[in-house]
Amino acid sequence: MRYLTDRKRVDGLGTAKSGVHHFWAMKVSSIALIVLIPLFIFTFGSVLGSPYEVVLDYYSRPFPAIVAALTLVVGFRHFHMGAQMAIEDYVHGWKQRGLIIAVMCLSYAAMAVGVFSIARIAL
Amino acid sequence: MADVNRGNRPLSPFMLGKYYRFQLNSVTSILNRITGNAMLVAALLIVWWFLAAATAPEYFAVVDWIVTSFIGDLVMFLSLWGIWYHLLAGIRHLIWENGVGLDMSTSDKMGWAAIIGSVLLTLITVAVI
Repeated sequence: MRYLTDRKRVDGLGTAKSGVHHFWAMKVSSIALIVLIPLFIFTFGSVLGSPYEVVLDYYSRPFPAIVAALTLVVGFRHFHMGAQMAIEDYVHGWKQRGLIIAVMCLSYAAMAVGVFSIARIAL
Repeated sequence: MADVNRGNRPLSPFMLGKYYRFQLNSVTSILNRITGNAMLVAALLIVWWFLAAATAPEYFAVVDWIVTSFIGDLVMFLSLWGIWYHLLAGIRHLIWENGVGLDMSTSDKMGWAAIIGSVLLTLITVAVI
């Protein structure tokens, strides 16, 4: 038996069925990325093209390593949600569900590979 | 009236160009989505580059050669513009979400600011790096 009234169960959910969670998560991650992306562009950009030893030395330092790891985690989460939005607009039915799952797997896999690699270089 | 064409109507954004004339607002909107999704290529290349750097010098040499090759450079350069554009266009959305700047003249100004600003930031970044 449910103790919640029907009104209470749907309150605040809106047509998206989960309230404004997706919108809010997009907004928060985008604000984080306004800070992270310029930091990443100038740290990563300055070392891209350098020899192997220089790259390892550079990413053994805490600041560039933490910026890179955070950018990949927040960036891929932002990509995951944004790409899902685009898929929901253009693709429908089982293709839509399959693509959304594929994008999620790809995003978390890329995140994991990136964070593992940076940690391995840094430590 | 019978809806004869149901399920077969052209839908946005595939209306752009063909049925709707291009306007600043529709172009900046679709560019935001295109840049956001297209950056996946550069992002995966960067992750691959980190993986190679964490693995072995020989592996790094191969991936670094690909990332800094002509095609790699082109992908990185276009993505650099893409990310600056996406960042500025994103700020425009964050402003809009407060119910501010939604009138035509302000959103047009912000649209041009995103386009011109992203080109300038790209050139500045290339010059600094």
